[in-house]
Amino acid sequence: MRTGFAEPDARPSADLLHASSQAFNKVTERAEPRRPGARVDAVEVSAWFGQVKVLDDVTLSMPAATVTALIGPSGCGKSTFLRILNRMHESVPGAQLAGEVHLNGDDIYAPGHRVTLVRKRIGMVFQKPNPFPAMSIANNVTAGLALTNVRVSRSERADLVEECLLRAGLWNEVRDRLERAGATLSGGQQQRLCIARALAVGPEVLLMDEPCSALDPSSTRRIEETIAELSAQVTIVIVTHNMQQAARVSQQAAFFLAEQGSPGGIVESGPTAQLFDNPSDIRTADYVHGRFG
Amino acid sequence: MTQAGGGSPQAVGLQPRLPQDLVPGLEPTDRIFHGAATVVGMSVLAITGAIGLFLGYQSIPTLHHYGLHFFTQVEWQPELNKIGIAAVLVGTFEVALVAMAVAFPLALMLALFITDYAPTRVKSWLVSAVDLMAAVPSIIYGLWGFFLLQPHAIKLARWLSQYFGWFPLFHVDTDANAAVWQQSRYTSSAFIAGLAVAMMAIPLACAVMRAVFDQAPLGEREAAMALGGTRFGVVKTVVLPFAKGGIIGGTMLALGRALGETAAVLIIISPAYEIKARILEAGTQTVSALIAANFGNATASQLKALLTAGFVLFLITLAVNTGAAVFIRRSRSGAGTEI
Repeated sequence: MRTGFAEPDARPSADLLHASSQAFNKVTERAEPRRPGARVDAVEVSAWFGQVKVLDDVTLSMPAATVTALIGPSGCGKSTFLRILNRMHESVPGAQLAGEVHLNGDDIYAPGHRVTLVRKRIGMVFQKPNPFPAMSIANNVTAGLALTNVRVSRSERADLVEECLLRAGLWNEVRDRLERAGATLSGGQQQRLCIARALAVGPEVLLMDEPCSALDPSSTRRIEETIAELSAQVTIVIVTHNMQQAARVSQQAAFFLAEQGSPGGIVESGPTAQLFDNPSDIRTADYVHGRFG
Repeated sequence: MTQAGGGSPQAVGLQPRLPQDLVPGLEPTDRIFHGAATVVGMSVLAITGAIGLFLGYQSIPTLHHYGLHFFTQVEWQPELNKIGIAAVLVGTFEVALVAMAVAFPLALMLALFITDYAPTRVKSWLVSAVDLMAAVPSIIYGLWGFFLLQPHAIKLARWLSQYFGWFPLFHVDTDANAAVWQQSRYTSSAFIAGLAVAMMAIPLACAVMRAVFDQAPLGEREAAMALGGTRFGVVKTVVLPFAKGGIIGGTMLALGRALGETAAVLIIISPAYEIKARILEAGTQTVSALIAANFGNATASQLKALLTAGFVLFLITLAVNTGAAVFIRRSRSGAGTEI
């Protein structure tokens, strides 16, 4: 079953996993970001770009309030998989999808779910830091509120800016220059600003697409500390090329591989320690020990 | 050979090495192309400069004779020795500003639709259609404005003067509410000429805006989308702030075009030498239409006066276009854009 995004209704639904626990379309209140993260379950997900199949039958559970690392060589579909989890995949012309993605049991691709609300609940941090360069640091943090038409009072806003910057580990460095432009920060600071910005709309899940690959080692360490602190509050799914990073930050891991000429898929998934120390597939062992990729 | 190569004889010397200018190495084929490109590029500059110099030189007698009166005299009646471009300049700007008031919002919406809303297939068709719009000769727009647009536009003009006539711009010296209204009072106006010129300004403004909208960084667009933003939110948060310089620059570029537009204006307007704000009322004059209408039967000194008017227009257009280029280049979006 393969469906273009033009007609999402044509996809038959599978009765899998949990029943719906809450009304999905209830507008998420940004004021309660402390709610523990939601679990995410991808069920038999396949993806295409035009005629090219890039992901084949991926099923993966990402438990609430844990860090799940997606590892694998370039071009194995892990970034595509990540972008499917918050419906960013469909912003690419010609993208197609089969399968389901459940957020606390609700299929986010089910008809009637508004894509903007899905993305609000499932935030994303990108490979390259992408703050809004002309906006001030404070306005960058609250940009998501403006984008989703959430109105807050001036004092609420100031509190939110401080809280999100604290959680992203950036507050102490920028507390005196909140009105400076976002572009004046260093690369590592910009990336933490992007994390703060993503946190401000109160997501239950945070997707990170190689968030440290453009950063130096000390900025990378700061981001990893931030991830560790956040993981108690939000579910984190992180794509990384760095084996050591995956081992350091994640509790769960999934190894993606696209073999010559075939679409990507998961070779093995499970607790990170097990994947690294005692993999059941020889390809996983070869990859995590740096024998290829 | 580096300093570290201590064994080499040159490195032993005591005096420090002096810096030398580095000349990039050019292969013979590069040299030929380099030369040809330089000649062509420079000749464009030379031609433009020569036009300016020629016009400036031709203006000297007129400016010498009339002095500042050339700019303050309202009438253009060479037979009465009254030569001035005060009314003509006002008319020129009125036509251009009407054109821009219409063209700016349309070009902006069109460019946004093309870059951010149109499906991929429609997009390429639309781009071609807009390019085609730029390729239509201005005389065609003039005919269109005169024969097709004017009979309908005068009804809009009358409606505007009926309800907004208290505002000087929309006032017309006739009874707008008369049972049999004087249609001819609303024809051949700056307003209708401006509408026709707008059609020519739209593709130019739209092309520049489209180019800068397309350059809005994908990373920032995706950031806005991933935060839960709608397409309009992305446009408002990322695209428009990024493209501000390009929007202003493109508009000014189109304004430069509108200021100099000749054929369409000449067909539509009826010449009138009067400083007035009443853009809906029949009769106005622009610099380029003045020249086009009068150079054929002008005496030598009248021709020089016309060329002087042309020189003034040349300077204004130059200033507007330079302003546009500065705006575009200074903006973030324009860093890589050439106009």
